[in-house]
Amino acid sequence: MTGIDRMAAVAATEFRLAFRNRWVLLSTLAFTLFALALAFLGSGPSGALKVDALTLTAASLSTLTVYLVPLMALLVSYDSIAGEIERGTLALVLATPLKRGELVLAKFCGHLAVLALAIAIGYGIAGAVIAGVHGADDAGLLAWGRLLVTAILLGAVFIALGMALSGLPRQTGTAAALAIGAWLILVVLYDLALLGAVIVDQGGVFTKTVFPALVLANPGDAFRLYNLALIEANAPIAGLDGLAHTLPFPVSSALAVLVLWLFASLAVAWALTRRIRP
Amino acid sequence: MTDAAILSVEQLTIRFSAVTALDGVSLAVAPGERVALLGHNGAGKSTLFKTVLGFLKPAGGHLSIAGAAPGSDVARRAVSYLPEQVVFPKALTGAEVLTHFARLKGVAPKAAMPLLETVGIADAAGRAVGTYSKGMRQRLGLAQALIGAPRLLLLDEPTSGLDPVSRREFYAVLEASARAGTAVLLSSHSLSEIENRIDRIAILAKGKLRAEGSLADLSRRAGLPIRIRVEAAEGRVEAVEARLGGERVNGRSVVITCRAEEKVGALARLAELGADVADIDIALPDLDDVYRHYSGTTVQGAAQ
Repeated sequence: MTGIDRMAAVAATEFRLAFRNRWVLLSTLAFTLFALALAFLGSGPSGALKVDALTLTAASLSTLTVYLVPLMALLVSYDSIAGEIERGTLALVLATPLKRGELVLAKFCGHLAVLALAIAIGYGIAGAVIAGVHGADDAGLLAWGRLLVTAILLGAVFIALGMALSGLPRQTGTAAALAIGAWLILVVLYDLALLGAVIVDQGGVFTKTVFPALVLANPGDAFRLYNLALIEANAPIAGLDGLAHTLPFPVSSALAVLVLWLFASLAVAWALTRRIRP
Repeated sequence: MTDAAILSVEQLTIRFSAVTALDGVSLAVAPGERVALLGHNGAGKSTLFKTVLGFLKPAGGHLSIAGAAPGSDVARRAVSYLPEQVVFPKALTGAEVLTHFARLKGVAPKAAMPLLETVGIADAAGRAVGTYSKGMRQRLGLAQALIGAPRLLLLDEPTSGLDPVSRREFYAVLEASARAGTAVLLSSHSLSEIENRIDRIAILAKGKLRAEGSLADLSRRAGLPIRIRVEAAEGRVEAVEARLGGERVNGRSVVITCRAEEKVGALARLAELGADVADIDIALPDLDDVYRHYSGTTVQGAAQ
């Protein structure tokens, strides 16, 4: 039980720090504002299309979430290990009975609690406002709830990824650069490269077989595909997301990909933390 | 003695690729004993601490903490550490930092709070660490290290940057802990700072243990000369020099040097000079001379 106590102490301190630094407030505001902005920019055509406003906004918000949540997750976790090395507190913490695995897991839990709270409040407020203004049906509420929960899962993946990257360098500056690099590659460049390949391939073997697997392998895309595939087909979907309805895998495989990323990243974070000499 | 030691280091060797950071170092610290590790930057002091904490794997030798391997659960519970430079989160209060570490060490936070009083920052317990002075942060660090009355305290240059008053109080707290049975191993740059505050000294240079013993022991073994400066009465400097030998300085004084055991004899000869001597001034080798003697690269074989 003492291991649980130690982990609770680490997680509670991380959570408290995020509150003190106003990180919770700022990220909650960001999530609320972006979701509301999308809702009231995106709700214009909903009357004509006879699609629930909540469903429609969930569809567009799933695309925005792919950019916003990983960024916030990396921001909260990138200096979790490197920062402690730089401040000299890692040596102090690891001199106590706290194990390295406990440290990684507890920090992850603390960060995740912070991010989950911000997403739940932010998307919760936005969802309530949209439902209040436009009304909501069951499908809309379900889509919104699914979005909220999977956004937290996506956040968990990128928190773990940020911690793994944080275990590589000894300086927070380098850790920040790695985090930004990871975000650019996974969230922006990956999709661009795939689209480029599809255009070059012109409907060949690559497009039919390799491409869907590659899209699914990316945690951001897996999140988006999962949400879009389960949203009613009459919501307008364009571009890469058209794959959501023609995906040659079961929808749950997208969730499996996210969970796989999560555990792999945590394992790497743990392995890297084990070899650190504080 | 070795059986009772909380920390026992035998022939410890630590290598970083090509560099040998510690080379056959042996050291033991018993409960209630205060031992200072002296050495220049890079002498291996921090490396020794990190090995005791289990962060570094020895290339050779053996060490045990409370009879257990470094980094083991038993060892971690026995040891408390204060790194040389530690920056606690600025947004937390002193009480919160202490609570955090108490929970990590499995001690009830309430039981740890009186330590803020012990180190003299109880008034600032509710203030953010960001508002603390350097001295207060160091005191908080010490309070953190004292949580749960550890059996071995490892303090890496704990007093660097402290003012003399804080320093004195710092050593007073250490003395109280040692009297309660805690073994203290601390590192320092300066021998004069730890005079009368430490039971034993170990001098490290370039990863080797150059000398070990009490301060008086080390001074005696160093055999550094005593300087006696004799100021002659008006016009008598030649006569004094003729009787004593030594070296003439600034026209009126003669400086003679002798070994510690020759001091009384030298003073007796001085007394015979009677009115020729206006004043005498005896300079014992100072502590930094002793330190330089052992840590200097020119001195060989001082360790044995």
